[in-house]
Amino acid sequence: MSFTVDVRRLRFRYGGGPWVLDIPELTLERGTRAFLFGPSGSGKTTLLGVLAGVLEATEGEIRVLGEDLASLSGARRDAFRAEHIGYVFQMFNLIPYLSVLDNIALPVRMHAGRRARLDGKGVKETAALLAEHLQIGNLLDNQVTELSVGQQQRVAACRALIGAPELIVADEPTSSLDFDRREAFLDLLFQECERAGATLVFVSHDRTLEGKFSRTISLPDINKALR
Amino acid sequence: MVILDLALKSLRNRAFSTSLTVGSIALSVALMIGVENVRMGMRESFSNTISQTDLIVGTKGGTIQLLLYSVFGLGSPTENVSWEAYRQWAEHPAVAWTIPYSLGDSHRGFRVIGTNQDFHRHYRYRGGQEIALAEGRANVDLFDVTLGADVAAELNYALGDEIAVTHGLGEVGFLNHDHMPFTVVGVLAKTFTPVDRAIYVSLEGMEAIHWEGGAPPASDDEHVHDETDAATADDGHVHDEADAATADDGHDEEADAATADDGHDEETDTATADDEHVHDEADEATADDGHDEAVDFSIEDVEVRQVTSFFVGMTSRRDVLQLQRQINDFENEPMMAVIPGVALNEMWQGLGYAETGLRLVTIFVVLVGLLGMLVSLYTSLNERRREMAILRAVGAGPNRIVSLLVLESVCLSAAGAIGGLALVYMLLSAGQSFVEAQVGLYIPIRPPGSIEFLYLAAVVTAGFVMGFVPALKAYRTALHDGLSVRV
Repeated sequence: MSFTVDVRRLRFRYGGGPWVLDIPELTLERGTRAFLFGPSGSGKTTLLGVLAGVLEATEGEIRVLGEDLASLSGARRDAFRAEHIGYVFQMFNLIPYLSVLDNIALPVRMHAGRRARLDGKGVKETAALLAEHLQIGNLLDNQVTELSVGQQQRVAACRALIGAPELIVADEPTSSLDFDRREAFLDLLFQECERAGATLVFVSHDRTLEGKFSRTISLPDINKALR
Repeated sequence: MVILDLALKSLRNRAFSTSLTVGSIALSVALMIGVENVRMGMRESFSNTISQTDLIVGTKGGTIQLLLYSVFGLGSPTENVSWEAYRQWAEHPAVAWTIPYSLGDSHRGFRVIGTNQDFHRHYRYRGGQEIALAEGRANVDLFDVTLGADVAAELNYALGDEIAVTHGLGEVGFLNHDHMPFTVVGVLAKTFTPVDRAIYVSLEGMEAIHWEGGAPPASDDEHVHDETDAATADDGHVHDEADAATADDGHDEEADAATADDGHDEETDTATADDEHVHDEADEATADDGHDEAVDFSIEDVEVRQVTSFFVGMTSRRDVLQLQRQINDFENEPMMAVIPGVALNEMWQGLGYAETGLRLVTIFVVLVGLLGMLVSLYTSLNERRREMAILRAVGAGPNRIVSLLVLESVCLSAAGAIGGLALVYMLLSAGQSFVEAQVGLYIPIRPPGSIEFLYLAAVVTAGFVMGFVPALKAYRTALHDGLSVRV
């Protein structure tokens, strides 16, 4: 069975501080839409940082797409993330001095490996298509500061999805949206993940969304550091 | 390339703080390059104050002192050189030309220089430029004066004006020979050298300033002439001044002094009597109807007895050192010859510490400008943590965060450096003639040379190095923050 995410005996702490994460096992199959919930301070964002290879696990094995991130150098992890992972923040996802198009295209411009995944299509063409799917096709040339929060989150989703990475990590992307927009955003995100065949890890403390996902993971249950 | 693009767009996004930073760097760089230009201009104009003169000769003393009073019109000569000695060297076979200078008097704070037509013929400055007349003609007659450009401008004199020459060098002299007027016959073109700040009369006119009572010390009697010579030579200017103060009584004193000095018999007595008579006549004439009497004297009546210094041009420059040695070893009179280039260089070396100080100050100004950039980049980091996290999330490694910030710093300092250079040229082209007119300092505009490029490279390098301070801070923050930003 091929796991997109296969974490064993993960332990993490900042510097010499207390353990923040202690997760004996966490596996996600390819194509899973995982809902990861937990209260504030339960280490959600830290776990996402480790999965994305931004934070280096203190102990353990973190296999993403079969690659053990713990054994990679910092630079290799950055490259791996650039190529295979899309990330959506809770809010303030966009670089304020770049246009909508430039924000969407950023991962592709940042890394040649991600660019190679565009199937020969142009950056702008791909970005425009994604923007069209997420219903912001008319905003490509706008400054991001002119957008509403909902529009900004869709731009962020486009940026995470461009180049069809295998793993999409979303850190409470809907928490700043009202209910209707939340639903609409999730539907669009699922639709695109499916189209790309991507695995989605979606973090939230809001369990009302839980039903839309194929799998629910309670972080307090798997993170022994909290006990 | 994407990082450079990001850096530029990020800087443009913070346009206000960016332009302030670039502006302050540009100003400091402009100051640095401007000071360098002014320094070079000063040095050039300094060492070009006089050119093509091989030797300056005067009485023995300090070389710099000789240079100061002969070329720069500063300080006062201690002794003069006799006319005979001057002629002896002027006729030396190795000498092509000479310009005699007789100094020691002033007019309303400006130096009066007694010289002859050789000044107009041979004096050269700034790479061989000749002394030219802006208007009028050269001073030929006894009471002709030619004004330096600044003198004419500052005192607002025009051709035909009559001026009085003060004895001594102060702004207000002791003796005001209002009865011995000189007439402005010419104004020299501006040279931006001390030439502009002097008044030129004939050597004979200079002698005439030293007459008492507005008449030559001798009338028709050659013998009397000699007597008076001895008296004036012995007692010098003190007498002249006493004369002025005490008017008529002075003559008695002088007669006494003369008698006391050489203790002559009848002959002397008659001579003094004669002399006194002549003086009285002259005094009356001046008192009665002003200048007429004085103007009646012609240049042929006056005998030049001494000069203060003279400039020498050689037929062949190879003989300069030899002639210098000969003059320095001259036995008849204590004399000294200096090579202007050498002496000027020596003087400039003496001023070198001021130059170094100036340069140090400008370097610090640039450092302050760059520190301003450092502060502005550093303080912007906190509000850019989110931006850094986003960049990390899309695959930028910490090294890319570092290069982004270093690149921003390099861009700022490079823009500041280029802006500063542009500012210097703008200011130079706008202010060159103004500075020239106001300060007499000609700052040449030339394409940026190796020094400018060295400075610019140093500024950009310093910007590069300083960029690592915020960059490393951002690096640490990025590593620690990961993807969560605790704002």
